[in-house]
Amino acid sequence: MPAAQLREVRRRMRSVQSTKKITRAMELIAASRIVKAQQRVAAARPYAEEIARVIANLVAGGAGDHPLLRAREETRRVGLVVLAADRGLAGAYNANVLRTAEGHLRQVVGTASGYRLFLVGRKAQSYFRYRGYEIHRAYEGMSDTPTYEDARRVAGDVLAAYREGEIDAVEVVSTRYYSVVTQRAVARRLLPVQGFEVEAKEAGGEAPRTVYEFEPGEPEAILDRLLPRYVEARLFAAMLDASASEHAARRRAMQSATQNADDLIKTLRRVANRARQTEITTEISEVVGGAEALHQSAEREQE
Amino acid sequence: VEVKLLSPERALYTGDASIVIARTLEGEIGFLAGHAPLLGRLLPGRLRIVDADGSEEVAAVHSGFVEVGDSRVVVLADVAELAGQIDVERARRAKAAAEERLREAEDDEEAKAALRRAVLRLEVAGKQT
Repeated sequence: MPAAQLREVRRRMRSVQSTKKITRAMELIAASRIVKAQQRVAAARPYAEEIARVIANLVAGGAGDHPLLRAREETRRVGLVVLAADRGLAGAYNANVLRTAEGHLRQVVGTASGYRLFLVGRKAQSYFRYRGYEIHRAYEGMSDTPTYEDARRVAGDVLAAYREGEIDAVEVVSTRYYSVVTQRAVARRLLPVQGFEVEAKEAGGEAPRTVYEFEPGEPEAILDRLLPRYVEARLFAAMLDASASEHAARRRAMQSATQNADDLIKTLRRVANRARQTEITTEISEVVGGAEALHQSAEREQE
Repeated sequence: VEVKLLSPERALYTGDASIVIARTLEGEIGFLAGHAPLLGRLLPGRLRIVDADGSEEVAAVHSGFVEVGDSRVVVLADVAELAGQIDVERARRAKAAAEERLREAEDDEEAKAALRRAVLRLEVAGKQT
């Protein structure tokens, strides 16, 4: 029995050890991805800030009545863009953002009469489908390393629905990256476009008031092309932030999985040692017992 | 003038230059310091940033905007590459593929656009098309 137990414990140790190798590798990969995602966030910022500054200038110059800027009188349907991950193994990352999104959606349903869901990430899809929500658009293969093309695709669909009057306002629910330890699920307004003044101030010190000459004529025509770019850039920034958060959450989850494996291995090693010791003790007592028996029978014969 | 060439994914160039030459809706325009504030659309084309010492940075800009303010030129490109960063092999392959598609369907708009992009990249990279 102790020999069999020892074999069993050793087998489990090997299995935990190989699991640990995997979680450790995933932890290291996630750690390097966080850094890359953050670099991409920083690299994308100048464009977003400059385009915000230009829009702020145009609006200050009196071009504020663009359909994408004006809030609609009545909000019948709200578009909700939810950014989650394709994969799990990232702790509470998906659960947090999806729960926030669903809470938000319930509120929306309370005030507006309808919603349109734009879901990025397989986990978002399965969550909302399972709960019986109607899904308008679903996207996959973007959450890990989002490209600008990805943001453009989603923003294109959202803008088209907004222009056609299918939705009257759009919000994005995603995870914001504050630091390696802090990421929070937040909802932000995407359409009608607002908040560019804040971003514009970050772009440059000068008060936003440059009066332009226009190349192709009307300021409206140029705003027509600038605003979609701005919406794309904002969505892209949110996607990059979400991917940095995803990798941070995955790194944390894998770190604690690796830690757990270490603890488990330690416990198993103790059990294995005890089993081995028991086995040895049994063997010794058998040998000693046998020797004693021989000795006794020899003594009896001499008498 | 202070020059910024930005694409949505990253800043390609920031620095000082004596003149920036861009292809706008109204043709090639050179921007010097003190140019009147202007906001214009860019057509796909070559963007040249010429330094005071005559050295030149060339980029392929596939549509976007140019914003000119007091001593600053900001190019907000939808897609852009500096000449040195263009993957010539890839552009050649893209050009061949687009031409192939156009042989099959003459009015394939997507293929036409792909061909224009590839040709522009090769031009800017200084390679014969």
